[in-house]
Amino acid sequence: MTVFATPLAGYLLVAALLFAIGLAGALTRRNAILVLIGIELMLNAANLNLIAFWRYMPHPEALTGMMFAIFSIAVAAAEAAVGLGLVISIHRHAKTADLDEMNRMKG
Amino acid sequence: MSFVFWLLSAITVAGGLAAVLLKNLVHCALALTVVFTGLALLFLQLDAQFAGFAQILVYVGAVAILVVFAILLTRSSETPKDGGVFSRTWMAGLVIAAAVFAVLGWAVLQSEAGLPHETAVPNVTVQEIGNALMGRYVLPLEIVALLLTAAMIGAVIVAMHEKGDAK
Repeated sequence: MTVFATPLAGYLLVAALLFAIGLAGALTRRNAILVLIGIELMLNAANLNLIAFWRYMPHPEALTGMMFAIFSIAVAAAEAAVGLGLVISIHRHAKTADLDEMNRMKG
Repeated sequence: MSFVFWLLSAITVAGGLAAVLLKNLVHCALALTVVFTGLALLFLQLDAQFAGFAQILVYVGAVAILVVFAILLTRSSETPKDGGVFSRTWMAGLVIAAAVFAVLGWAVLQSEAGLPHETAVPNVTVQEIGNALMGRYVLPLEIVALLLTAAMIGAVIVAMHEKGDAK
């Protein structure tokens, strides 16, 4: 099964597809948690790109792409914690997680 | 380009579609776990064992649980009464996402000839990763440690029940 000239192109296309799915989810869903899930999908697609480039580019022993991906995972974990904390806080205040109904700056 | 790669990619993309499209939020969280696991297996397929297991520990072990907790805590809003689960401007969002995918896919297919071919399997041990983290990457490591501490305290403060709040 060799559709592409290089294996790297396959990984890049899968990452692009996953990124587009995450972007569509973040832009179209009404629930705030689903928007966060879409953002997580986009971050993971970027991580897949980093690891794939690390694997197939010259000098993988320099570990640059791998370190980038590991730090990206750590930052994404922090982002998820703060984002979900914000959603819970907003839900307690506005009694909804529906983004279409959150149309006021002042509670 | 092995059969395993296509299988893992299909599972990951199908999980992503399910996570974005399903109506029930708990099902979405489960599909998200499938995506994270599929990506971790793809990392293993790319000979990045450390990143793969870090992905399982952080995403499958922590972020997925966090998402489930958030869904259950905001459960009252799970099913909107009117107009389905998609926003009023879903058409614009879909068009933007399709355009982004078209541009990314076009770029990858255009530059395919210039991409490097199959290279030797990199032999990276955990000891080398640890040495790199403690040597060349020690400043980013410390900054990430600070960031995680700040994020943890911030998340607790933001989500903390306010005193005197009658809700």
